[in-house]
Amino acid sequence: MSRQAIGLIVVLLLFVGLLVVRAGIGKGMGRVYSERESVAMVQVEIPILDVVEGEAKGTVGTESVWVPAASDDAVDFASADSPRVEWETTTPIKPGTYFQDPSNAAFELDWPRTIGIWVAALFTLAIFSFLYKDNAIYKIAESVVVGVSAGYAMVIGFWDMLVPNLLGKLVPMFVQTHFIPGMTDTSVNWLYIIPAVFGILLLMRLAPKGQWLSLWALAFIVGTTAAIRMVGYIEGDFLSQINATVMPIYQVVEGANGSVDVYSTIWASIRQFILLIGVLACLTYFFFSVEHKGVVGGVARVGIWFLMITFGAAFGFTVMGRIALLAARFEFLFDDWLWLIDPTNQRTIPDAVAVLGM
Amino acid sequence: MSMVDRLANIDRRWIFLMMGLAVAVPIIYIGITGKTLPEQPTPLAQAAFDELDKLPPGSRILLAWDFDPASEGELGPMATSFVRQCCQRGHRMYFLTLWPVGTQMIQKTASLVIDGFYPDLEYGTDWVDLGFKAGNEAVIKTIATDFGQMFPNDSRGTPIESIPMMDGIVSISSFDAIVNVSAGYPGSKEWVLYAATPYKKPLLVGCTGVQAPQMYPYVPLQVQGLLGAIKGAAEYESVVNAWVRRDTVETLLEEAGVDGADAGTLTKDFFDDPEKLKSWLAEPAAGGLTEAKRASLVQAVQGVEPGIFLEAQRRMGPQLVAHLLMIALILAGNAVYFVTRRRGGAR
Repeated sequence: MSRQAIGLIVVLLLFVGLLVVRAGIGKGMGRVYSERESVAMVQVEIPILDVVEGEAKGTVGTESVWVPAASDDAVDFASADSPRVEWETTTPIKPGTYFQDPSNAAFELDWPRTIGIWVAALFTLAIFSFLYKDNAIYKIAESVVVGVSAGYAMVIGFWDMLVPNLLGKLVPMFVQTHFIPGMTDTSVNWLYIIPAVFGILLLMRLAPKGQWLSLWALAFIVGTTAAIRMVGYIEGDFLSQINATVMPIYQVVEGANGSVDVYSTIWASIRQFILLIGVLACLTYFFFSVEHKGVVGGVARVGIWFLMITFGAAFGFTVMGRIALLAARFEFLFDDWLWLIDPTNQRTIPDAVAVLGM
Repeated sequence: MSMVDRLANIDRRWIFLMMGLAVAVPIIYIGITGKTLPEQPTPLAQAAFDELDKLPPGSRILLAWDFDPASEGELGPMATSFVRQCCQRGHRMYFLTLWPVGTQMIQKTASLVIDGFYPDLEYGTDWVDLGFKAGNEAVIKTIATDFGQMFPNDSRGTPIESIPMMDGIVSISSFDAIVNVSAGYPGSKEWVLYAATPYKKPLLVGCTGVQAPQMYPYVPLQVQGLLGAIKGAAEYESVVNAWVRRDTVETLLEEAGVDGADAGTLTKDFFDDPEKLKSWLAEPAAGGLTEAKRASLVQAVQGVEPGIFLEAQRRMGPQLVAHLLMIALILAGNAVYFVTRRRGGAR
């Protein structure tokens, strides 16, 4: 057995041992509690009152509605034969609420959500294990993430795109009956045959023959996307950015009382000046029709400095983002899973106080 | 092997471990003590707050949650704060997303902030979840002129004709401001290009650190407020928290019968000197407050915040330590490089 494998096994055993010790301290760890609640509804026929000048003159038929079984309407209008449905809801509660009254029959350990916490924690650790070495556990976690993401996107695409936007236009009554009862527009729009045909053509990429047919659909996608973006970029990026750059260097900033704020005016003017220099220098660097020598070379060099500072700032932002994501995962592990800390007062007393002897 | 040689050939896993500890230890410390670093808002975070604050209560705010769980750690706190400010200010909120899992992000924010702290807000009257719509920027282009074509129903399947607050919503122009929390494409850039710029709508952006440098050029003409990464979130969170506390105190004082101008003065006094609150609570003027409201008043003045509204500020502790470590590593790496080069090693 290699030294690395032994190291990995030692780390794993240490981790499992610490987990067992942690589970035995305080109120344990990694559990989710829920409150069970029964909901009973009954279908009643409520009379529609004929109201004339604010006074009820009789009824003009009835309206069939579902109401809570304990409501006044249910008491007044429900009969023994009225259709009834009952179901149970489970709402997650703070573990602290459960600990205050564990004998409450409505409170229970929520197994699906508890398993969810454990799966999330173990998958987080599985992904982290790559930092030590590429391994089978990491590969399993990675494959599951990719598979679940692709499956989810496919299902969402079907229900949010194909059903309402294509089937809902071509066979609206079928969609309303079977899929979307709330759909109000049930008129058929035969123009949607065109995107349906394009969709089928796109799928021809998967066929052993006739793959070239998909090029028509791709050409349409590329053409429309390019056109939509061109308009947006010319107005939003090109013209607006020129507008934002071509500003007076002397920027007057007024204070709250309407007078000129000298300090802010100086800084705003310096900022505008640096912006102008930066734009011109960077444009010069990317202007390759003139050899970068002499004055042009000097200005281009200033442009490189501006670009380097920009890249540095971008890198700094990226690092900050990645650390924030790591912090969020650690918070999840320490708070939701290990119950070491309790920043959101879920359990009132953080067990880290007990575990760490603080 | 000398120290320099050891450092030059250090196993990168030691660096991973150091970075892990640099992030983990502050999290545990802050989690136990509850102490966070003070935040001074930059003009961009303040501008984001001011833009929503200057709108009158009842304004229509379009909130586009274009992110997923992968970036929730960075963007979730700013989403929470945006919604908290809208709720406290009394704006009407219209949620939508261009990301498939954005639906869950909307539900999470609504559950945390609206259900948890503003339960009086009514679905369909004060806020609505329009859910996910596929089509990327084409969705923005379409709702820019015809909102109902892209969103005939809300996420629960209710036709928008049956939702009271959808009355009068015909296009992007029907909204008073757009708030976008974005993790990439489609996201902030698309909202700038296809909604904010052509229709001259105020746009407030909260984005990941990776996106932030691309968004800065749009400030202030095309983007009025920008929260870049967790730092922007922490600054904005601190501004919103301070304002909510003051607003809560003022509202409670008005409920106790103190008139508007006096409530403002008293609020300022309480925040300047919390001891004044204790003496005021003993006065007959405070008799109109219930025990629960007295406790809320004390909590607001003392600066006690629910943990969920300190998420971004909590994550600035690990940022500080991890950045110090990175700076130390960069300096050490350069020092090792130059020492090795002087010895005739690396070129």
